[in-house]
Amino acid sequence: MKYAFYPGCSLEVNAAAYDLSVKAVAKTLGLELVEVDDWNCCGATEYFSQDELTACAVIARNLALVDPACGQITAPCAACFLNLKKVDRLMSEHPDLDQKINQALAAGGLKYRPGSVQVRHLLEVIYKDVGEEGVKARVKRPLTGLRVAAYYGCQVVRPFKDFDDPEQPTTMDEILKWLGAEVVDYPVKTHCCSGHMTQISEPEAFEMIRRLLYCAQQREADVIACACPMCQLNMDAYQGRVNGFFNTNFNLPILYFTQLLGVAFGLQPRELGFGKELVAAEPVIAAKVGAA
Amino acid sequence: MSVTVKSKRFVDEVIEETPGGHRLRDCIQCGTCGGSCPSGAEMDYTPRKMIALVNAGRREEALSANTMWSCVSCYSCTSRCPHNIPVTDIMYTLKRMAIREGRVKDNDGPALARAFTHYVDKYGRSFEMGLATRYHLLNRPFAAMKMGGMGMAMFLRGRMAFTPSKIRNIGQLQAIINKARELGGAS
Repeated sequence: MKYAFYPGCSLEVNAAAYDLSVKAVAKTLGLELVEVDDWNCCGATEYFSQDELTACAVIARNLALVDPACGQITAPCAACFLNLKKVDRLMSEHPDLDQKINQALAAGGLKYRPGSVQVRHLLEVIYKDVGEEGVKARVKRPLTGLRVAAYYGCQVVRPFKDFDDPEQPTTMDEILKWLGAEVVDYPVKTHCCSGHMTQISEPEAFEMIRRLLYCAQQREADVIACACPMCQLNMDAYQGRVNGFFNTNFNLPILYFTQLLGVAFGLQPRELGFGKELVAAEPVIAAKVGAA
Repeated sequence: MSVTVKSKRFVDEVIEETPGGHRLRDCIQCGTCGGSCPSGAEMDYTPRKMIALVNAGRREEALSANTMWSCVSCYSCTSRCPHNIPVTDIMYTLKRMAIREGRVKDNDGPALARAFTHYVDKYGRSFEMGLATRYHLLNRPFAAMKMGGMGMAMFLRGRMAFTPSKIRNIGQLQAIINKARELGGAS
């Protein structure tokens, strides 16, 4: 199966573990990811705060660059996924906006017909296109005994509700169960990781992060699995600061769900970007799943 | 004989700038949005109150509030609103209007947005290290110091780059951006 692939800026550096594990797992699963040539930043939430039409045009350039033969694009980052999907949807529903965005694209010699590229998060691709049989067939090291909290965050499941439930999503839970993991009940699975708030108000951000870590600790999770670079960054890189702020002792590794797929497929930790997380994950993986 | 030109009402401006924004007239003040908001406790006005202010035409209170700058774009309000009001997108509209009219009070949100878009416009990609210096050192040097240890840990794990990556066809992106700004009437 062939997909246009939009990695997004985070995967270049800060979420390199996501990039490595997505590519390794896609190879094992036979998913052909064709990177959009010369893609640009989706603008995250910041561009929309400044200028809506320009934000849309910046995003639409990526859709216009997709090889029409692909017909669908997949993004592993929740914010990239949302922005690509949002602009495609806005253009479909608001002809005046479509016209202006295409006028802007034309200044760069491009055009985009809304609806011509289907935008999908990687979680959906693995859940629906690969499916249970496809995933289970590749499992060499079942994650038996590993207790995982499946964390979806916000923008994978909201505001677009056509792939999973916005309040009680289950697709990542299911995928992890296919790998043999013990998925814990995690009622805050769609609560916010605080997004960019770490940059604006730390007390506000740290409290949101604390709730996620606290709940996982209460449920005795060994690791939290996520599907977004921002979520990983906030829960992993800021975990030490959160501990300092609240005088807590959280020690929860935060992994991308693709890293856990890779472990179960018997891939080597380095291929999957292990060691890049600030809260080390390898000790608990070795203890629960065994050495690679 | 004089002709009175009635200026456009605040609520109409918000609606005009928000796709699907007309639904905010249907707000029944049920409070689902405010109850769902992870930042509600920090806000001058919860999303419910904010919609009431917009509908009541109270521009100054609405645009100088911290409400939209506390929004984390989690879309819980949008997803749960029984009248399908695009609350999150209305927050974006209010951010843009507050910046344009110079009504933001004591908040780093606009500076972060400005620093971020600066790098997108210049390189076509975001640049975290650049953001850390441009935004933090200029706006909040003390916070930048506290971030130092974490930044070093990230750097040692190959998660922080000192140089930005740049797209090949930056001229094309900039032509698109310039045209969009011209069409949108934005500066």
